[in-house]
Amino acid sequence: MDIKELKRTAFDVRIGIIKALNNAGSGHPGGSLSMADIVTALYFDEMNIDPNDPKMKGRDKCIFSKGHAGPAQLSAMAVRGFFPMEDFMTLRKLGSIFQGHPNIMIPGIEMSTGSLGQGFSVAGGMAMANKLDEDPGRIYCVLGDGEIQEGLVWEVAMSAAHYKLDNLVAIVDHNGLQIDGRNEDVMNVMPIDEKFAGFGWNVVKINGHDFGEIQDAFTKARNCKDKPTVIIAETIKGKGVSFMENQAGWHGKAPDDEQTKQALAELEAAKNLSVSVEYGESDGELLAAANLASGNETNYEVN
Amino acid sequence: MTEKIATRQAYGEALVELGKEYDNLVVMDADLSGSTKTAMFGKEFPDRFFNMGIAEQNMYGAATGLALSGKIVCASTFSMFATGRAFEVIRNSVGYTEANVKVCASHAGITVGEDGASHQTFEDIALMRTIPGMTVVNPSDAVATKKLLRQIVEMDGPCYFRVGRSAVPVFYSEADEIVLGKGNLVRDGRDVAIIATGIMVNEAFEAAKTLAAEGIDARVIDIHTIKPIDEEIIIKAAQETYGIVTAEEHSIIGGLGDAVAQVVVKNAPCKMAMVGQLDTFGESGKPDELRAKYHMTAADIVAAAKSLL
Repeated sequence: MDIKELKRTAFDVRIGIIKALNNAGSGHPGGSLSMADIVTALYFDEMNIDPNDPKMKGRDKCIFSKGHAGPAQLSAMAVRGFFPMEDFMTLRKLGSIFQGHPNIMIPGIEMSTGSLGQGFSVAGGMAMANKLDEDPGRIYCVLGDGEIQEGLVWEVAMSAAHYKLDNLVAIVDHNGLQIDGRNEDVMNVMPIDEKFAGFGWNVVKINGHDFGEIQDAFTKARNCKDKPTVIIAETIKGKGVSFMENQAGWHGKAPDDEQTKQALAELEAAKNLSVSVEYGESDGELLAAANLASGNETNYEVN
Repeated sequence: MTEKIATRQAYGEALVELGKEYDNLVVMDADLSGSTKTAMFGKEFPDRFFNMGIAEQNMYGAATGLALSGKIVCASTFSMFATGRAFEVIRNSVGYTEANVKVCASHAGITVGEDGASHQTFEDIALMRTIPGMTVVNPSDAVATKKLLRQIVEMDGPCYFRVGRSAVPVFYSEADEIVLGKGNLVRDGRDVAIIATGIMVNEAFEAAKTLAAEGIDARVIDIHTIKPIDEEIIIKAAQETYGIVTAEEHSIIGGLGDAVAQVVVKNAPCKMAMVGQLDTFGESGKPDELRAKYHMTAADIVAAAKSLL
């Protein structure tokens, strides 16, 4: 899929996230929005998958180890056709397969996650199985930057390098914020690149909202032999919704109806603009234009 | 004299046999393959053996990934580190996805001996019982270990399989039928029922002999599958005898005793006594010395049985 189309699709993914979280009345918009572009690239460009055959042999697999950002993955999967978007709107409701965190009951979800670090460990096991079976499928695992404070993450980092899992790609969503505030205030995680490099990983650093860089990183990962690859994606928590951007407060709360209206207006306007505007300009400019178009000239202050 | 074999030894040998029959059987260990006896499988099938180093959480996470990719996984370490340190991974990754992972843990209970309290696990059965869908198996001797391991490998879904360090008497014969989920009537009797698990089954059998000499007719039941538990054989014992003694090499809190009590109070309340580790840590010593000091011998079962009559 070309970059322009990916950009447009990412708006649909973000719109799905906002609607689902508003319906649910709880959830994690910040870290879902920061991953929306990468997850769009995975599901619409990078991964060998078939929404009509979610168990296809030889398929690539994506695991959101930062399970709280599952709405990003589920929204992308809904747009991709794994299940209807209206089904996804039952997120977090009693009896729904769309649990608060990703669950293997959902077609195309490979692992139930939520407890940080564990999805990464399971992804490593899947990569080991594919090596054993000479299965060409690649394993993509999304981690939060706060999540890498878990000791288990580094057990996986060690074993994935030891077993030369070049079919495993970790993506660290480096938005710099976690529930209690900035990573550096809660528990410093830097330098992330040197840590993974020290464990024997191939390290690629990108702007996680630049589709060209995202595609490039996946290519570099595919071309790297005998080492797992980590893509450290610099991202903006809450990306795409002006009043959520860079706000730790939007880690784990859903937008109310008024905020949802505002967020959807921004996203719809930016999407419409993206149809007519050639990309080249920064997202910031696009967002400003979208804000103007939707009649919101200032960013919201959020407590 | 009865032959003595450690259940971990039988486990290691059985893995090799099963590895020949099941080419999707994968074995993992966390740097204890010499002690857990998985090294035998590793030698025979190096491609299907993964040493994960001293990292138990990651071992059970990776085991889940392998299982969700179609493998039968037996992942071994000491019981303390499997069920203790990695509990939450076993709960959330293995248990919640009903992954086909067999948590095969060795060195459970007081008979770890000289390593002392840090390694003597009395909580494992309690912890594993609480995970929905987890089958919990504690074989009593080498024959039972081999027969039950085959059945849990053939069964789809998560399982906790507990084996021990010390050589223990082999009292089952190859001809004996040992079926997952079904208690074994080792000795019939009408006065008191001794319901035991693991290496305490042999002690129960010895206790029954002592009781018989004193004119007390004890029934002995081997509950090797603690979950799902054989309710029928327990209810029958409660109805047909004057009381039940449970015997386990595990804390009396949350283990076999509690599992039997749950069945009894719901269906056929009767007097009960529990033999097992009291609410205390262990210490270093020889296995037999420790079983004596911490009240997990045939003599303790005899005393408990008499207290019910």
